[in-house]
Amino acid sequence: MDLSAINPVLLVASLMVAATPILLAAIGELVVEKSGVLNLGVEGMMITGAVCGFVVAVETGSPALGFVCAALGGAALALLFGLLTQYLMSNQVATGLGLTLFGLGLSALIGQSYVGIKAPATPRLEIPLLSDLPVLGRIVFSHDLMVYLSLALVAGVWMLLKYSRAGLILRAVGENHEAAHALGYKVIRIRLTAIAFGGACAGLGGAYLSLVRVPQWTEGMTAGAGWIALAIVVFASWRAWRVLLGAYLFGGITVLQLNLQAAGAAIPVEVLSMSPYLITILVLVVMSAGRARAALNAPASLGRVFHASN
Amino acid sequence: MIRLEKRPAPSRFWAGLTPVLAVLATMAAGAVLFAALGKDPVEAIRTIFWDPLFHESFAAYSRPQLMVKAGPLILIAIGLSLGFRAGIWNIGAEGQYIMGAICGAGAGLALYPSESFLLFPLMVAAGALGGWGWAMIPAVLKTRFGTNEILVSLMLVYVAENILASVSSGLLRNPEGMGFPGSRNLQQWAAAANPELIANTGMHWGVVTAFVAVIFAYVLLNRHMLGFQIRLTGQSPRAARFAGVDPARLILICLGLSGALAGAAGLFEVAGPAGQISIDFGSGYGFTAIIVAFLGRLHPVGILLAGLLMALTYIGGELAQLMLGLPSAAIQLFQGMLLFFLLAMDMSANYRVRIGKPEVA
Amino acid sequence: MNLTTLLAGAALALGLAGAAAAEPTKVGFVYVGPIGDGGWSYEHNQGRLAVEEHFGDAVETIYQENVPEGADAERVLTQMALSGADLIFTTSFGYMDPTINVAKKFPNVKFEHATGYKRAENVSTYSARFYEGRAVQGTIAGRMTKSNIVGYIASFPIPEVVRGINSAYIHARKVNPDVQFKVIWAYTWFDPAKEADAAQALIEQGADVILQHTDSSAPQAAAEKAGGVITFGQASDMAEYAPLPRVSSIIDNWAPYYIARTQAVIDGTWASVDTWDGIGPGMVKIGEISSAVPEEVKAEALALKDAIASGAYHPFTGPLNKQDGTPWLAEGEVADDGTLAGMNFYVEGLTGDIPQ
Repeated sequence: MDLSAINPVLLVASLMVAATPILLAAIGELVVEKSGVLNLGVEGMMITGAVCGFVVAVETGSPALGFVCAALGGAALALLFGLLTQYLMSNQVATGLGLTLFGLGLSALIGQSYVGIKAPATPRLEIPLLSDLPVLGRIVFSHDLMVYLSLALVAGVWMLLKYSRAGLILRAVGENHEAAHALGYKVIRIRLTAIAFGGACAGLGGAYLSLVRVPQWTEGMTAGAGWIALAIVVFASWRAWRVLLGAYLFGGITVLQLNLQAAGAAIPVEVLSMSPYLITILVLVVMSAGRARAALNAPASLGRVFHASN
Repeated sequence: MIRLEKRPAPSRFWAGLTPVLAVLATMAAGAVLFAALGKDPVEAIRTIFWDPLFHESFAAYSRPQLMVKAGPLILIAIGLSLGFRAGIWNIGAEGQYIMGAICGAGAGLALYPSESFLLFPLMVAAGALGGWGWAMIPAVLKTRFGTNEILVSLMLVYVAENILASVSSGLLRNPEGMGFPGSRNLQQWAAAANPELIANTGMHWGVVTAFVAVIFAYVLLNRHMLGFQIRLTGQSPRAARFAGVDPARLILICLGLSGALAGAAGLFEVAGPAGQISIDFGSGYGFTAIIVAFLGRLHPVGILLAGLLMALTYIGGELAQLMLGLPSAAIQLFQGMLLFFLLAMDMSANYRVRIGKPEVA
Repeated sequence: MNLTTLLAGAALALGLAGAAAAEPTKVGFVYVGPIGDGGWSYEHNQGRLAVEEHFGDAVETIYQENVPEGADAERVLTQMALSGADLIFTTSFGYMDPTINVAKKFPNVKFEHATGYKRAENVSTYSARFYEGRAVQGTIAGRMTKSNIVGYIASFPIPEVVRGINSAYIHARKVNPDVQFKVIWAYTWFDPAKEADAAQALIEQGADVILQHTDSSAPQAAAEKAGGVITFGQASDMAEYAPLPRVSSIIDNWAPYYIARTQAVIDGTWASVDTWDGIGPGMVKIGEISSAVPEEVKAEALALKDAIASGAYHPFTGPLNKQDGTPWLAEGEVADDGTLAGMNFYVEGLTGDIPQ
């Protein structure tokens, strides 16, 4: 085994890229769940974003426009979920799973004629001087814009939830929708906004896959990333910074296990291959064991149907 | 203005009628979709809903297949529904299903080529035990450390898939299979096979077990103390605790039961219709069963019907691909729409539409 | 109505179809992935389209995509046979037992199973000698690498994949004794993101040639982004990445076989056969070697290709030892097809273990 072949700087740089799609989707889902809505359709919204972003970027030649449309596509699909769960009061778990089916089918139909086409390149942001710094330059200052945007989103959501009035209202709606309603807040409108935001983030995450990380369009290309994003929100026990931690941990182990394989580590490949999932469980156990009942951090109204006449 | 008013009690009339209305609405929306794809909409709808049951050359074969497809869905969904009612979220039935198949088939293959009549019962027990054990991981972690079961059960699905790939190209690989992945075919080994019990009915032990599970769950929920505790915990965990319900025990029971049923479903599938452990053995039954559970409103009889309906759309969808050349994506989209309509119209059982101003209380 | 009368009815219908002659021959295809996967299933579907094009109205094709292996496959095959198909291609290894089962029930329908080894009166098997293409790739890889590190993204530890690694390695070493292979088992046929990560990891560890046995073009994109790394298209040509990083490719070309077998059914000359064709008959195609490859390397690779095609050279020719040093093939000895079909060992020089 030749562990010296693994360059830690490059490892960190590529784990950031690997984690960005799930980070984007997870931070969006965090906001949705904070408002008391459980949308299990992340996979469907991601893949819809992936195809919308890809198609638009190919047709217009502009990745930026692709990302915008990916966010819109994801949000549109999310609003379908919102319509069903908020106005028609359908079961959120089942509707979310249905949304995944719907999104996978829809995206495959839209993308039919885009298989095997190359996407226009998304430029890496080379910041003069800073990018040339040793270690830090490669890790911090030479990514594409979306990596920075994902980090900014985490910071933004954290600040929103912690310091802003809007965040307080959002949390109130998620904790006790009846009380929030009684206080005069428009529960449904607030939730719809959160749902649309979650969809837009998932769409961006999907487009990051189809435009930057992979980049190509193929049916079912998200290959379960949406589910991982959902797990990351739980892992984070509904805290913004821990979403970042969870996504980077998961992405990091994924990249590390591949690196260990390439370096010929004397660990069975099967074990390496399942390690991202096992380690995520392990870390969560350690964290939840330390703090009594960390799992109770879930918003109290999560997944509950709200009806104003209740 | 139009608004919804909650009914004092769910309407039985609407609860029965809405699924029918939803299917009709799906047909209408589906017709538009299929027409947009350039297919004859009437023919497409007929192929999906009618042909699997009544087509002159397919129905005799595909009608029993409904049972084969619905069996594992119902069996898994019944187990899940108990936990879901109590607010215990087992999202990882797919993993328990895979582990059940591996353990059950593994137990059988370890005794190859035994012809004992005890072999199959032993495999069923091992399968259920495998699923139970896999579900005990999130259960114990939750009761001991408060670790969230959604994350653990979901992550364990991927671990199970990795184990599956590993054993099908290693431990359980057919020694006579020329080095190709995949275990021996259990269908070809009488003592271990789960055959069709009555010719051309699709009934195998898994389907029988699914029906038994429906009855069992019905009795449990309506007549048994445990069923009462499950329902109470779901409605109000605090009230349940005052009523003396031990939440840890309930978690162990609910996750254990759903795991055991999913594991048994996996065994019945691997010894019957699928025949062998292979890299791609898991085909998403564990996730589809979650939809089935909620579509059936977590009620045993509802789950039975929902399972059959889902099976119908799968088989009808296959026929539509075959005969009309519809892409499988269109079928997925169509299934998604069906779910949406069913779920959206569920509302009318619990709410009624009022036109006019809200009354002032 | 029980199955026997049902079958009799189907047989009757088929008999009538044969007599009428105006009825087109119906050819069915079952795919394991979506036809939009850009790789394995996509290329089989290209074969189907070629059949349609070649025969026009004389043949009608039907297909079903995304068919999971196992229970669903058996149902899909039965329904396809019931719908009056005369010839059915089942295009994934996992369809082996279902194909045999269904074939037993429909003796008048011809079946063709890809990459398996079980045959019957009405079941043929066919597969492609992709390892011949890997030999050509290995030669180019050995000549082109500057770091002497070649990365290989493998899918699952099955004979098909192991054979490819061995063949590529043997020929890379032949032209470059210092070459070293780094293998990553992705444990998936298709997960573009994971493939991209695997390629990235290999590149970061010094690989400047990436070979892949997974279907997406994600590794190509990763190599293009990294720069100075070459790749080979897999399953389809992936020409959109030529001339760099993609310098050549192995293309699955099923069309000639599908057309020939359909013709055999029309002529009534179909018989159960075991076909394992390579570059010679055109089942494996080497995509154009791009301008990024120096002329002499290109000439060498093409010479090897021609030697394999004509049968003058077999990629597994001794002397060759197994990884642990035990002799496998003596000087001049050629591997037999049985050993190749079930290959589960590395040849000498490769490092690491095959996951078991």
